[in-house]
Amino acid sequence: MTVTTSGERLARLLNLVPYLLARPGIPIAQAAADLGVSEKQLREDLELLWVCGLPGYGPGDLIDLAFDGDRVTVTFDAGIDRPLRLTHDEALALIVALRMLAQLPGGVDLPGGSGNNRDAVERALAKIESAAGDAAAGLPVAVGLPNPAAADRIAQLQQAVQRRRALRLTYYTATRDEVTERVVDPMRVLLVGGHAYLEAWCRRAEGVRMFRADRIDDCEELDEPANPPPQARPAEVRDNSVFTPSPDLPLVTLRVGRWARWITEYYPCERVVEESPDRWLVSLRASDLAWARRLVLGLGTDVAVLDPPELVEAVRREATEALRAYERGGEA
Amino acid sequence: MSRSRTERLVNLVICLLSTRRYLTAAQIAATVPGYEHDPTDPREHEAFQRKFERDKAELRDLGVPLETGTTSVFDTEPGYRIARRDYALPDIRLEPDETAAVGIAARLWQHAGMAAAASSGLLKLRAAGVDVDVSATLGVEPLVTVDPAFEPLQAAARRRQEVRFDYRTPEDDVAHTRRLQPWGVVSWRGRWYVVGWDLDREAVRSFRMSRIVGPVRPVGPPNAFTPPPDLDLFSYVSQWSAPPEYPNRAVVLLKPGRAAGVRRRAESVEPGPDGERAVLRYSDPDSLARWLVGYGSDVVVLEPDEARKAIVARLRDLVETLTGPSSGDGAVPPPRPAEAESAEVPA
Repeated sequence: MTVTTSGERLARLLNLVPYLLARPGIPIAQAAADLGVSEKQLREDLELLWVCGLPGYGPGDLIDLAFDGDRVTVTFDAGIDRPLRLTHDEALALIVALRMLAQLPGGVDLPGGSGNNRDAVERALAKIESAAGDAAAGLPVAVGLPNPAAADRIAQLQQAVQRRRALRLTYYTATRDEVTERVVDPMRVLLVGGHAYLEAWCRRAEGVRMFRADRIDDCEELDEPANPPPQARPAEVRDNSVFTPSPDLPLVTLRVGRWARWITEYYPCERVVEESPDRWLVSLRASDLAWARRLVLGLGTDVAVLDPPELVEAVRREATEALRAYERGGEA
Repeated sequence: MSRSRTERLVNLVICLLSTRRYLTAAQIAATVPGYEHDPTDPREHEAFQRKFERDKAELRDLGVPLETGTTSVFDTEPGYRIARRDYALPDIRLEPDETAAVGIAARLWQHAGMAAAASSGLLKLRAAGVDVDVSATLGVEPLVTVDPAFEPLQAAARRRQEVRFDYRTPEDDVAHTRRLQPWGVVSWRGRWYVVGWDLDREAVRSFRMSRIVGPVRPVGPPNAFTPPPDLDLFSYVSQWSAPPEYPNRAVVLLKPGRAAGVRRRAESVEPGPDGERAVLRYSDPDSLARWLVGYGSDVVVLEPDEARKAIVARLRDLVETLTGPSSGDGAVPPPRPAEAESAEVPA
């Protein structure tokens, strides 16, 4: 093992004694796995502990360990019989994540639990907060629901994942502006960036797809089990977004005025060049040019397409045709 | 850290935990292996002092509560000890479903620093005898992430210390320095905000953390302000994130098989002599126009007149800009699209 960051090994050693003390005769391999270190590293840690102890440092003062084959027992702890308190960061990380869990729509179905599982999260939260003591006192952090509008849908999807059942979805694909029916094998439900997604193997597309909960217009649980093929792997989610722009997608370059700059915050952009206050050059990947056309038309005169030329033309044609349709239908 | 240093620090912790009296640096040097030196040799003594300072800092970084004080009024030099009650994690017993919840919670962090803090917290719970079930799954995974400003802002809110930071919304050409008494941080719909008293605006303000540029700078002493009692952080970010209301109705003409995104939001879609007619609810004519103009000639608003006028005005401007000689920069600021009528994220 490489030399760890300063303090990491010390923290591990101070934790190791009470850990072993609570589990007399634990197999070394199991302890190593539990503590996230290699067996070799754990043995080195034990050797080091063996020469530490109370002042005097005689045979009765040093930490004492008994080995029985591949098992180990602490027979003298030299006073480090409890782990160190949670640091502020540790308390923060656990408590904020538990508060997030407590907010899940439809509750949480926990193994080993029965009945009200939201209650289990709340109980765990209360115990951790109490054990953290000062480190958690007055934690000025609040977490809220992702999007309550889709709460029922999320609960239904979550249930399908846990029951491992295939689903028939009526799904609105925003990029293509079409509603399709498809049978999917659910893998997991994700809450990312304020939206809930079902990640599933789509039998129609023969690939893993993300379905945003509020775009699932209808959802029916089928009698057949969910059976994602072995090649179905969960996607890596980065930067709070499930959309990873692929370089295969067409690159759209826009000239953006001040009041449309918000799109650079809203959509993942490949490049933003601030040429002048009223002229930002923004490049983003569009999975469909028709989607880009709807976006640009909606943004009005504050945005102009620079590239690709077919999008420039599509926007011009569509705007002209739409205006003609209104003029045909009488002056507004 | 070298093996000998780790060994010295473990012995130092054990030594200071075992003493009720405060031990001076000299007493510690004479006791704990690894500090041996000749105190009469200035160079050796100075080297010891540096070493001891580094070790104390190391322990404090780990969260070891080093107490300083004197045992009696006759002691001239302060000493050190570790109070067991401050050192030890209190007893904690978790039911199986509670340990499952904690195990899941610890895995939610996408932020590397917070993920590391969660797992080292988990290791302490394990050492306290809690058997955390790491295989538990939920079927639903909220992925929790934070902005770089999260850590310093929540720390400042906790200490009640003023902060300064540079803030830039997309409409701003440059970042502006803001001075804030941070009351708390809040996650709302997947984004983090800091809420507090804006010292320049003299009003409550919330700031989106992703718009903070550069570091958050704590200013002045802790306990510099008191947040209002019964503070509800959500109320400051949710007032403008509330679902929009749609009190008005419009009738639109749809081309057959087109504009699926409009159909699924329609109250009704009925066949008519010249195509299908859909009834849409909307909040104001401008946001309706902004949404529908994207569908081009696939969707034509029939009534009311205010909606037709709004969309025709937009189309005229567009066509003029697209076919005219000059571009239409410097337009009047339109409001941001409401959540439900905004263009869609490609996904």
